[in-house]
Amino acid sequence: MATTALSPRAGAYPRSRVYEWLTTTDHKKIGIMYITSAYIFFLIGGLMALAIRTELAAPGTQFLDPDIFNQAFTMHGTTMVFFFVMPMLAGFANYIVPLQIGAADMAFPRINALSFWIIPVSALLLFSSFALGGAAAGGWTSYTPLSEAKYAGTGQDLWLAGLLLNGVSSILGAINILATIFKLRAPGLTMLRLPIFVWTVLVTSVLLIFAVPVLASGLVMLFIDRNYGGAFFDPAAGGDTVLWQHVFWFFGHPEVYILILPAFGIISEVLPVFSRKPLFGYKAFVVATVSIGILGFGVWAHHMFTTGAVFLPFFSITTFFISVPTGVKMFNWIATMWRGKLRFTTAMLFAVGFLASFLIGGLDGAFSASTPIDFAIQDTYWIVSHLHYVLFGGSAFGIMAATYYWFPKMTGRFLDERLGKVHFAIMFVGAHLTFFPMHLLGISGMPRRIQDYAPNAGWQDLNLLATIGSYLIGIGILVLLWNMFVTLRGPRTAGDDPWDANTLEWATTSPPPSYNFDRLPEIRSERPLFDLKHGGAGHAPALAPGEGSGR
Amino acid sequence: MTATTDVLTTDLHADLAHGHGDRGINTALLGMLLFIASEIMFFAGLFAAYFSVRAKYGSHWPALPEGVEFAINPLVVLATVILLSSSGVIQWGLWRIRKGDRRGLNRAFALTMLMGLTFLAFQATDYVLLADEGISLNGSIFGSLFFTMTGFHGAHVLGGVIGIGIILSRGMTGQFSARNHVAVEAVSAYWHFVDVVWIFLFLTLYILR
Repeated sequence: MATTALSPRAGAYPRSRVYEWLTTTDHKKIGIMYITSAYIFFLIGGLMALAIRTELAAPGTQFLDPDIFNQAFTMHGTTMVFFFVMPMLAGFANYIVPLQIGAADMAFPRINALSFWIIPVSALLLFSSFALGGAAAGGWTSYTPLSEAKYAGTGQDLWLAGLLLNGVSSILGAINILATIFKLRAPGLTMLRLPIFVWTVLVTSVLLIFAVPVLASGLVMLFIDRNYGGAFFDPAAGGDTVLWQHVFWFFGHPEVYILILPAFGIISEVLPVFSRKPLFGYKAFVVATVSIGILGFGVWAHHMFTTGAVFLPFFSITTFFISVPTGVKMFNWIATMWRGKLRFTTAMLFAVGFLASFLIGGLDGAFSASTPIDFAIQDTYWIVSHLHYVLFGGSAFGIMAATYYWFPKMTGRFLDERLGKVHFAIMFVGAHLTFFPMHLLGISGMPRRIQDYAPNAGWQDLNLLATIGSYLIGIGILVLLWNMFVTLRGPRTAGDDPWDANTLEWATTSPPPSYNFDRLPEIRSERPLFDLKHGGAGHAPALAPGEGSGR
Repeated sequence: MTATTDVLTTDLHADLAHGHGDRGINTALLGMLLFIASEIMFFAGLFAAYFSVRAKYGSHWPALPEGVEFAINPLVVLATVILLSSSGVIQWGLWRIRKGDRRGLNRAFALTMLMGLTFLAFQATDYVLLADEGISLNGSIFGSLFFTMTGFHGAHVLGGVIGIGIILSRGMTGQFSARNHVAVEAVSAYWHFVDVVWIFLFLTLYILR
């Protein structure tokens, strides 16, 4: 297309493609590296999940020793949270945010590269523990005293060091994103015209800046306890065990929103495009996102109801409060689809699947906010079910929607829609088959983080069902990988704006040139490309994307 | 097609150099302020741990082994005075370069660096003296908190000294001017932050015991 021809490529500069990728500061390449590595960690974390489910399919020890089992669920949780969902969403933010705000790159491109390259190093620290006497085995929350020197070995230290480094990456990434959004917006793109995805990434970045350093303080305190005889979490030496839980969850609850808000943003990009309507209640959505960000710092102790060390009514009420803005968003999404001209592409299917699954996870959350119920379900499979409904049915489905939605932009190629629908069907059924029985297991008293259970406990059938479901999820992922493999070998057919979308990333080529835009449409709303194409705000002549470059 | 609805290529590139127009705070300084926000939260975590433990002890604080007393060393008061004054010195240097006075900048930053290093030397001396009295990182919750909090602060002072050193070496080659000195602004903001943390640490650990 003509726009790229306007600025011809720089002259031949001999360097290999590998060198180019290793040294790049281009936000799009860095974004793709984030996304690719996050998918690799998704596979690693997924294999651990399958190992866990295989062991739990029947009573008795079949597959994993208790010791290895503990390492598996600890590293599964840690990998999925810190090395799959966070870098994945950071990757999409990296790729999409500068494009959506009409910038040429992030505010600090070299720091951007640094944030990415810290991830593999921190992963190396974390995963090397398997070869150095066993990984951390105290759960992804690493509660003291289980994680203290008396009970946990070198793996725990590597866990602490790995997460500390991972946190540095998150903080630098968040600073970069915020500076980019605040300083590099195209002329006319006011804060209330930002695409919703950018808004959710903005609030997420604020959460990262305020939450991750608190985890870092906890990590160094535990490290000092373990290695230099500190007394922070050791009651015998005058410390306080529950203090770890406070510090961890002061990070951990905002972290929950860090993991889900960008997925909200993705859904809010996908639903309007495939409903042929603007997002219903843009401003309410922004207010709800900001409210979640603020309230998210006031609910952490609902993870600690049964410690007896927290003021129950306060944290119960704030937890109920935070379900209100989330509920607002549900209505935003439903009203967006209402009477829309729905197109059920794979991205749309995952978005709708997200609504259904996340709703269940959200309702679970409101149940757990009620202290009497929480006392009954604390540390049971109900909690496992709840967190997977919001993190898998929520974040992971959002990530799948984003993958199908933005793949044409990133590669110029459509993922195969037929394979995509097969992938969605298998994964949707698999997810509910895996995680719904866990509700029932939890109510019937099955504790989380156990390697075995009695044959007469009555948990056998439901566990087998969950295991079958988890294998279905695995098959679904294989379909996705096959789809990517086949698509990447095919021709580039997607064009600039394959979905007839609204936002600026579709106003340039697919994939975009290294400098992103030759020119930008005038921005008068949160849907500048729609305005350009369909004469929104009653001014611009109809201008097909990619055709507006001839001067 | 209509060029009226487009931003010209050249404008776009000019915009990018200055972050889409030169309004508001400088991008690099904004980055530093956001970084400082995250640093504040790191220390907030340590302070929260301190107060959460402190609350349990009432008047039995500082919680130390039998027979060990914690008393404020005059050296620490002197170090505090030096560190707090250094904030004024670095600010003076910033004001000088805003007026284009390179020599003033360099003098102020050299002095600030010296003051920072003096603070660190006094802190190290204090650590040795405390260790002689039997107060250390291990063995007591007060020791753990005291050395972790002041230790991380000391590390931040060292980081600031290194930053000031970089500014100084760049300043001596004349890289800054009245218009172009964002790195100076950023490093002074960081140094003020390190100072403010020390005010809270000093009050909490030495005065409000």
